[in-house]
Amino acid sequence: MIGLRRAALAALFVAGCAVLASAQGLEPVLPDPAQEARAQELHKRIRCLVCQNQSIHESNAELARDLRAVVRERVAAGDTDDQAVAYLVARYGDWVLLRPPLNGRTLLLWLGPPFILGAALIRTGVYFVRSRRTIPEFKPLSSEEKARVAELLGEERQG
Amino acid sequence: MRPALVVPVALFAVVAVALAVGLGLKPREIPSALIGQPVPAFALDPVENFGPGLSNEDLRGQVTIVNVFASWCVPCRAEHQLWVDVAKTGLPIFGLNYKDTPANASAWLAQLGNPYQRTGADRQGRVGIDFGVYGVPETFVIDHNGIIQLKFIGPVDRVALETQILPKVRALQALVQPAPAR
Repeated sequence: MIGLRRAALAALFVAGCAVLASAQGLEPVLPDPAQEARAQELHKRIRCLVCQNQSIHESNAELARDLRAVVRERVAAGDTDDQAVAYLVARYGDWVLLRPPLNGRTLLLWLGPPFILGAALIRTGVYFVRSRRTIPEFKPLSSEEKARVAELLGEERQG
Repeated sequence: MRPALVVPVALFAVVAVALAVGLGLKPREIPSALIGQPVPAFALDPVENFGPGLSNEDLRGQVTIVNVFASWCVPCRAEHQLWVDVAKTGLPIFGLNYKDTPANASAWLAQLGNPYQRTGADRQGRVGIDFGVYGVPETFVIDHNGIIQLKFIGPVDRVALETQILPKVRALQALVQPAPAR
């Protein structure tokens, strides 16, 4: 009896979590689970234009909901991932992608940081190589120098 | 001057200027992907009692303004009187009523005045998405050939009207001859 009640509560809890876990809640999903999964992966790549730093997968904004529906519609119509994304890019520009594409306008964005890191590493390397070179090489003392050292040490001992 | 001293200072200056410029940009104003593109194909019924309806065919042959509005949009209310004033000059302004209920949209236009020669009721917001609308109000200037030439995001005030929108309209009116129909 107790076991049964516990099981029922657990089932209720799991069901509740499942509802809360998705921002979409009661949205109509695609009948084909594989297509729905693809649509949801695409949702994660699309920026919510209202909230700007959330994907439409995470956002509760009305426009995000509409765009989720548009992506589902494109997927259901047989679009590939790229075609579905291109559909939105044509309307909202590259900005709608959370991961900006590599093109002429984003070259600095993509290549700037690695370039600066590379330049810094090269400069640091040059610094160390140079500083090592400036350390005078060790040469054994000549016999004259040895005699001088012995002389000085001898003076010290006497003094 | 030794380069070891000049180079870091110069680098710092470049970065500082770039960041200062970046701070002044408005991240809310996303550049439209549709500038220079033809208006999307659409055909909408009018807002009840404020017809005729609106389609992409109506956006050819003259320079037009398409204003995206909704009764639930507070900034739309702020800019509305300006459009009523502009409409009196004879410039064709068309209203795209975005995700609104027919009753609310009609009541809104009845109360505040109707500057629109045509209206289109986009109840599902799909035409809005085709126009790249992400927040109302938005305003488009469209040339003789139905090409989107300017997008203004947010409520238009008198300064924006006089310095951005109307100069664009006048330039297009002066510039373009209607292209032969394809």
